[in-house]
Amino acid sequence: MTDATHSDDISKAEPARNQWWDVWDQFKTHRGAMVGLIVFVTIVFGVFFGPFIWTADPQAIPPVVDMIKTRDFRPIYTVLWDSGAKVSWANPLGTDNLARDNLARLMYGGRVSIAVGLVAMVLSIVLGALIGVLAGYFKKLDGPLMRLTDLFLALPLLPLILVASLLFREPLANTFGVEGGIFVLIVALIGVTSWMQTARIVRGDVLALKEREFVLAAKSIGTPNRRMITRHILPNVMSPIMVSATLGIAAAIITESALSFLGFGFPPDFPTWGRLLNDSVDRMVSYPERVIWPGTLISLTVLSVNYMGDGLRDALDPRIRGR
Amino acid sequence: MPLDSSRKPLVSVKNLKMHFPIFGGLLRRRVGEVKAVDGVSFDIYEGETLGMVGESGCGKSTVGRSVLRLYEITDGTVEINGTDISHASAEDLRKKRPLMQMIFQDPQASLNPRMTVGEIIAEPLREHENLSGRDRETRVLELMDQVGLNRDFANRYPHEFSGGQRQRIGIARALALNPKFIVCDEPIAALDVSIQAQVVNLLEELQDSLGLTYLFISHDLSMVRHIADRVAVMYLGTIVELAPREQIYGDPKHPYTQALLSAVPDPDPALARGIERIILEGDVPSPSNPPKGCNFCTRCPQVMDICKEIPPEFKEVEPGRFTACHLYNTPADHAGHNETAQTAADEDKSIQLGGNT
Repeated sequence: MTDATHSDDISKAEPARNQWWDVWDQFKTHRGAMVGLIVFVTIVFGVFFGPFIWTADPQAIPPVVDMIKTRDFRPIYTVLWDSGAKVSWANPLGTDNLARDNLARLMYGGRVSIAVGLVAMVLSIVLGALIGVLAGYFKKLDGPLMRLTDLFLALPLLPLILVASLLFREPLANTFGVEGGIFVLIVALIGVTSWMQTARIVRGDVLALKEREFVLAAKSIGTPNRRMITRHILPNVMSPIMVSATLGIAAAIITESALSFLGFGFPPDFPTWGRLLNDSVDRMVSYPERVIWPGTLISLTVLSVNYMGDGLRDALDPRIRGR
Repeated sequence: MPLDSSRKPLVSVKNLKMHFPIFGGLLRRRVGEVKAVDGVSFDIYEGETLGMVGESGCGKSTVGRSVLRLYEITDGTVEINGTDISHASAEDLRKKRPLMQMIFQDPQASLNPRMTVGEIIAEPLREHENLSGRDRETRVLELMDQVGLNRDFANRYPHEFSGGQRQRIGIARALALNPKFIVCDEPIAALDVSIQAQVVNLLEELQDSLGLTYLFISHDLSMVRHIADRVAVMYLGTIVELAPREQIYGDPKHPYTQALLSAVPDPDPALARGIERIILEGDVPSPSNPPKGCNFCTRCPQVMDICKEIPPEFKEVEPGRFTACHLYNTPADHAGHNETAQTAADEDKSIQLGGNT
């Protein structure tokens, strides 16, 4: 934690055991969390390193003549029950209606969705933890900051995001490029509209922690407020923050999917899991795989992250870990 | 002995008041206050142990915390080592912290579960002394030796220890800066009896070797009798009696002290049967609305009319013995008291009259 380096040098005689090893030991005993971790790591590896092996271009549309020939391939496994299906080993998961490779699109779409999830989560956690700690620790800030939180909670988020993405799409696209601009916009919007739950949970925990005797003990030592927060308060609210973080990834991926699904996210030819779903819905009956694959990946990612959060919550609680 | 008046008090508390506001109603207005400590004065001499006893909720712990300015006190002064800290600024107070430290009641709650023992003991050193990592480590290990903790425990976490060991960690932390004055806030209340003895003996040894001064807050009368040089008895936010140990246990003056001491169980059943206990009627009044006059007048077996009107003065009734009770005011005092009250009232009247005419 904050004093990890210090604990390391104290213990020349007995090798220091970092607290995080205890967390890991406890985490390993949570079966759901381990399965979740394996699934999540597999998906992340798949989408980030997969494109280096499977080098098909997710966005290139072949000339019309080729396109008509190569579009709408079914996944290779369709031959198991339909010997007449249009399949090809060149496109194991088939192609879409513009002859783009489904596997490549899934992988590139996953990169964006997971990146959006992680960055938006970090943003919302930092905001939420900051506001929660300040509101809980400093009595004077409590009222204003929590009213601000209530204000954000009362905003109808989806319409707000839609309006904001219409307003800021152009200037951001000019600064960061089309995809970069949308990425920044979506991440910022999701981050800024999802920190409230974290802030409330953290504030509640800080209020309770502030009355604990070890905080009083630190006060009697003369620890100033800033170090009181970093040394005593923050490490002890890590559990709820970590849990919010894992839940936040899931929420951010879903919000991004929803935005892309509604057509307010990334540009139409740019794959994300939500966009893939959106594009495929109208022909869902003929080509169910185009909905099933991104849908399953979103669900699996969210589910695995939630299970990891569950395991982390247990592992970070010293009362559970100690006994 | 502490009776020696030539000794200089290390801690001098005068008329300390600590009132906690009560907020209520729709607008969370201040509707009253809990008078947790209401006018307490005492001195603690260098090297002595002042025991502070009283039932739950009488304000013992609040006194301990106010003396260290862990609360913003309502009124009164607290002098430690000749400096008034009752209104010192946060930064001045921080510089004074090494002088005065505290040992807490619940050793589990007073240690941060996310820090190792080494880090916990090193915290005061990090805050106040500019030591290199190696020097700090040496000092931490020294302190662990001093309180009887195995050096190998430095990297463990508080939950891996027993209650007694945790209390030793708390003591080591309090000793880290070589304080002169330590407030022990019921340090043994959360421990079982055999461990209580160990911790109390450790505190006594440390007092002998380091010349510490203790304010020892407890509700365990026999333990206070063992460790304290002088004892203060509190009731509903005020000190009712303050006297050297032998005198207070041998010959309690205040009716509350008498009742409190008569409640101490005797280990010998034959003797215990013979003891006549003073059973107090009723409950402690609410500290937000204490009775007019003496705080104890609602339950006192020897209550007089004056008790319900005028709060008794806390004064010396015998050399070194202080009590706040009308029983020990000599008749002359009584008369004097009434007379002054009377004259004061008369003066008020005449002033009013004067104002009217």
